[in-house]
Order: sequence, then structure tokens, then C-alpha cells
Amino acid sequence: MKVLVPVKRVIDYNVRVRVKSDHSDVDLANVKMAINPFCEIAVEAAVRLREDGKASEVVAVSVGPKVVQEQLRTALAMGADRAIWIETPETPETAGLGPLGIAQLLAALVREEQPGLVLLGKQSIDGDNNQTGQMLAGLLDYPQGTFVSGLELGDEEVEVVREIDGGLQTLALRLPAVVTTDLRLNTPRFIRAPDIMKARRKPIAHTAPEQLGVNPAPGPRTLAVHPPEPRAGGRRVESVGELVEHLRQAQVI
Amino acid sequence: MMRSLVIADLDKGQLAAATYHVIEAARQLGAPCDLLVVGEGCADAVTRACAIAGIERVLVADDPVYAASLAENLAPLVVAVSAGYSHLLAAAGSVGKDLMPRVAARLGVNQLSEVIGVESSSRFRRPIYAGNAIATVESDDPVKVLTVRQTAFAAVEPRGGDAERVELEQVIEAPSTRLLGEQRAESERPELTSARVVVSGGRGLGSREGFELVYQLADRLEAAVGASRAAVDAGFVANDLQVGQTGKVVAPELYIALGVSGAIQHLAGMKDSKVVVAINKDPDAPIFQVADYGLVADLFEAVPELIEQI
Ligand SMILES: Cc1cc2nc3c(=O)[nH]c(=O)nc-3n(C[C@H](O)[C@H](O)[C@H](O)COP(=O)(O)OP(=O)(O)OC[C@H]3O[C@@H](n4cnc5c(N)ncnc54)[C@H](O)[C@@H]3O)c2cc1C
Ligand SMILES: Cc1cc2nc3c(=O)[nH]c(=O)nc-3n(C[C@H](O)[C@H](O)[C@H](O)COP(=O)(O)OP(=O)(O)OC[C@H]3O[C@@H](n4cnc5c(N)ncnc54)[C@H](O)[C@@H]3O)c2cc1C
Repeated sequence: MKVLVPVKRVIDYNVRVRVKSDHSDVDLANVKMAINPFCEIAVEAAVRLREDGKASEVVAVSVGPKVVQEQLRTALAMGADRAIWIETPETPETAGLGPLGIAQLLAALVREEQPGLVLLGKQSIDGDNNQTGQMLAGLLDYPQGTFVSGLELGDEEVEVVREIDGGLQTLALRLPAVVTTDLRLNTPRFIRAPDIMKARRKPIAHTAPEQLGVNPAPGPRTLAVHPPEPRAGGRRVESVGELVEHLRQAQVI
Repeated sequence: MMRSLVIADLDKGQLAAATYHVIEAARQLGAPCDLLVVGEGCADAVTRACAIAGIERVLVADDPVYAASLAENLAPLVVAVSAGYSHLLAAAGSVGKDLMPRVAARLGVNQLSEVIGVESSSRFRRPIYAGNAIATVESDDPVKVLTVRQTAFAAVEPRGGDAERVELEQVIEAPSTRLLGEQRAESERPELTSARVVVSGGRGLGSREGFELVYQLADRLEAAVGASRAAVDAGFVANDLQVGQTGKVVAPELYIALGVSGAIQHLAGMKDSKVVVAINKDPDAPIFQVADYGLVADLFEAVPELIEQI
């Protein structure tokens, strides 16, 4: 069974972002970029399925400009067998694409590639939308297992453990299905130098929205980006007694 | 004509607190508002829903097929009743996040996540980059599909209304998805996202036994318990207590962080709290930058003392 893993290029999670002074966007000039942490977990899960003999092939896909090939190479170095680059003019942001447009492109690719399972991150750490997987499942009318921290792949069904508000929920989804990963599904492997060398020889196929026959829907327009209200924190207290006094004065205890 | 439909958030068949906050967001749109209650055994929730001031109609779908709140059958149900609505809203909890993108995709429109401000019927504010930036976004879609961050809106009055009750006849199955089980945390403590006081513990608690200290302080303050990702990953507590960018977002009157360093992903989930207290032995821990009252101390000494003094 083939597993398709959409991966997104995002700002590295350790970087503290700054809003541009004209409030048009955040400043992404010269910041470190990486594969979205949730997508990395999805790639790891897919590669383990192949290593366990439950999946036959892992295909990574990314939507974006040429630079997203870097993240596809990361996925290949982790063990994906091949990659597909869906080229859009610049970043999805500047191309005006939102999760719906991305999901429409992915849906067209799923129809071509016919994977048994599509594994996505539950959320990207830049847009924080948490939508793409659910939209993809909706467009394809596939069952969906979101926010999963456990995954058992069978021949006809996939069993998932979902992290939900009140605890955990276990579902069996008939294949083909869409699954989105939560943090506790696994710890992605460390990439070694030979893996990077090997990844260079793996193929990255190129396609584009027109080739997939999709005119993706424009996303909502971002009118402005502002920094959040600053917090006036930083005050120190010297003892538990002083702390209690302040809390009483503030009438919170 | 504008008209909003709020999908009620249920907790064990009861109307969850989040619902009242989402209705406030809908109220700010300035349009008439209906409520959809879907689940199993939700008679009590429906009675309460009908009593909420400002709700005109309560649509009811009470059937065992909806017990697990699966997007696979909730989405077609919402789509089926969506005609005539300009806005569909749900709380940004695990059900709303699972459901609303699927609804939007079926309707061929975008979805806006974690809305924290309503500027007009088509213009909203939402956090991006773990809350390090706030985007103002506008949607031209004929139907706006939103998830709402409950902590950003006040709760509406639970009483004073007299909504009409409308039973939905159609029952939609989810044949491709089977529920195998649920492990729900049973707790007498207040619910994390709506509690007045939250006590959170991090890796600094050291162990599951060490984490008992968090519970003791929480009991003393009648507080909810939260945790950092590190504390959840280490198995000190269950996943549903994680606060942060990828966990729950809280904004209580008082947030006490014990042995939490204050990574940006954690701050994303608590920095709108009114008063923040941090106890940490590392004077350079970033949590102190957002804390109104920071105490540099070993928590195993300071917390028992704190419990004694309050
Ligand atoms: C500053 C800024 C401005 C923006 N402006 C706009 C705007 O004007 N209009 C608008 O609609 N959106 C805008 N966005 C959102 C941006 O386009 C989103 O990144 C995109 O819509 C996808 O959403 P997400 O990454 O948050 O998806 P999520 O739903 O959070 O992502 C979940 C998963 O989907 C998959 N995925 C997501 N994107 C891709 C991809 N490109 N390739 C492969 N897989 C992917 C990954 O597996 C990922 O883990 C803006 C974002 C930022 C940060
Ligand atoms: C994609 C992604 C998403 C994430 N989402 C979240 C999220 O939603 N929520 C979240 O919390 N994290 C999240 N994280 C993880 C986050 O980056 C941090 O790793 C995590 O918050 C650290 O938890 P901590 O503060 O408990 O642990 P640490 O950073 O290890 O801090 C422990 C603290 O305890 C203090 N301490 C130790 N012993 C004592 C003592 N005896 N007395 C007093 N103080 C003591 C130490 O000085 C230290 O500051 C995410 C990370 C990624 C990559």
C-alpha cells in the first residue's frame, strides 16, 4: 500500500518571529526554514509503516515554489521513496492559497496516485490553521482520523488513537483514509550524512496546478498583521509570603 | 440576509461552557442566531440551549449515531442544514477543529480558525505563529465557516431566552468509521479552558509523584490542572491537560506555572491569562518575562509553603 505524505516548509520552530513595521506580514527574510514539525512526524510514521512491511511505498509531496524541494529532500533523507513537487508561483501565502486551495491540489494528486493512506501534520506552526487534512478528507469523502497519537495499519482499515478534549478516542477507519498527526505519535529519527547522500539520488517529480487540472480557490485575504498585546511581566517577588500578599491584593485568591 | 448557526459544544451530553462564548462571537456579528445541538442523549442540553438569551431556534439531532461526534456524519448534517445561514460557528476545541474544515470543504469555501476578534461580518482577527502575530483576515465567501477561541469572548446570559425547538428528522450514518473506544479522564476539578484559576506543572516536577504537588495546590485554590508538553510526554499527566500552541488555550484570572520554562509554544496557550505567577529555580527562565509575579525558588520548598499560607 502506498502512503502519501504532504509536507510543508515553515519557519524553524525555534525562531521567534517579528512582525514587519508596515504590518503587512511577518518578516521572513533570512530566517531559518525547516519542515513543519508535525509533517516530520507524519514522514516518520509513514517510513516506519514501510519498514514494518505494512506499506510498500512512501511518497512525499509539497506545494510551493522551488525552495520547498529542500523539505522534500529532508523527507527523502528520512526514508521516503520519492517526492512530488507541486509548483506554485511563490509561497502559498503570496500565491493567495489557503488550506482549501492546498487541499484541492492534494485531492487531485490523490486521484492520480491512489494512495491507501494520506498522512498529514495536524497543523502547521506558521499558519496554525489545522484544516488541510480535514478539508482533503472532505473533498475526497474519505474517513478522517485527526490529531492521532497512535496508528495501526491493517489491510482494509487503519486504527487510530486520537487526542481529544476529554482524553483519547480510538477509531477504525476504512481505507483509503486521511490521518493527521499529533506530537506524541513518534519521535522523528535523526538524519545522518549517508541518508542525505542517498536522498540526492531519489527522484523529485514536478507538476503544477494546471497539469493537475486544478484552479485552486483563493484563500481569505490577510489585510494586516500585528504583534500581540505586550504583557507587562517581569516583576520578581522575594518570598512566598510576599507572593501571597500580592495575590490577595490583586483579589485572585 | 445574515443569519448565524452555532454548533453547540457538548461535554458528556451537557452544554459545554465554550458554547456560551461562541454565541457571544455570533452575537457580535449582529445577525439572528440559531443553535445546533447534535449528539446522543442531549435532552438536558437542549432545554438549556432553548433558555439562552438571543437564540431564536434550536435545531436538534439526538441519535446514537452522533455519540462519538465524528466529522464524517456531523459534516453532512451541518451542510444539510446550512442553507440560509451566512455564518457557521463552532468552538475551537477538538470537535470543532475536526468538523469545521470538513464542512467548509464540502461547501467549497474557506474556513477561519481560532477567531479571537470580530471586526465585521466578513473581517476577523486570528493568531498565527503561535500567537506571536495577529492577522486581520477578510473572507468573500458566501458562507463564513469559523472556529472561535472561547477565551477571547465573554459568555452570553444562559437565561432569558425562549427558543423554538426544531427536531431534525434526517439521520446520517458514518459507515466507514467505527468507534472502538474512548478513554475519558474523570475529574472533579474545574474544566481547564473555563476555569478561573489554573495551576500548571512542567518537567520541573520531576515525576508523576512529584506532580502531586500541582494537584495539592490546585485543590487548595479550586483550580484546574494544566501541564507543559514536556510533562505530558514524560507521562506525568494525560494529554488533555497540555496547554499551548498545540494543546489547550486558557485565559484564567490566575495562572500559576510551576517548573515550566516558558517555551513560546507553551506561552501561546496561556499568555492572555490575567495574572501569571511563575515559580522556577532558574532566574533566566523565559516564563519570568510574562509573569506578573515571579519567584526564583525550588518548587518543592516553595509550593508546600504556599499551600500552607493560603
Ligand atoms: C503571514 C501569513 C500570511 C498569510 N496570508 C494568507 C492569505 O492571504 N490567505 C490565505 O488563505 N492564507 C494565508 N496564509 C496561510 C497560508 O497560506 C497557509 O500556510 C496555507 O493556507 C496552509 O495552511 P496551514 O499551513 O496553516 O495548514 P494546516 O492545515 O495547519 O496544515 C496541516 C498540514 O497540511 C499539510 N500542508 C499544508 N500546507 C502544505 C503545503 N504547502 N504543501 C504540502 N502540504 C501542506 C501539511 O501536512 C501540514 O502539516 C498566510 C499565512 C501567513 C503565515
Ligand atoms: C511543534 C511543537 C509544538 C509544541 N507545542 C507545545 C505545547 O502546546 N505546549 C507546551 O507546553 N509545549 C509545546 N512544545 C514544547 C516546547 O517547545 C517545550 O519543549 C516545552 O514547553 C517544555 O516544557 P517544560 O517547560 O515543562 O520543560 P523544560 O523546558 O525542561 O523546563 C523545565 C523547567 O523547570 C525548572 N525546574 C526544574 N526543577 C525545578 C525545581 N525543583 N524547582 C523549580 N523549578 C524547577 C527548570 O529551571 C526549567 O525552567 C511544542 C514544541 C514543538 C516543536
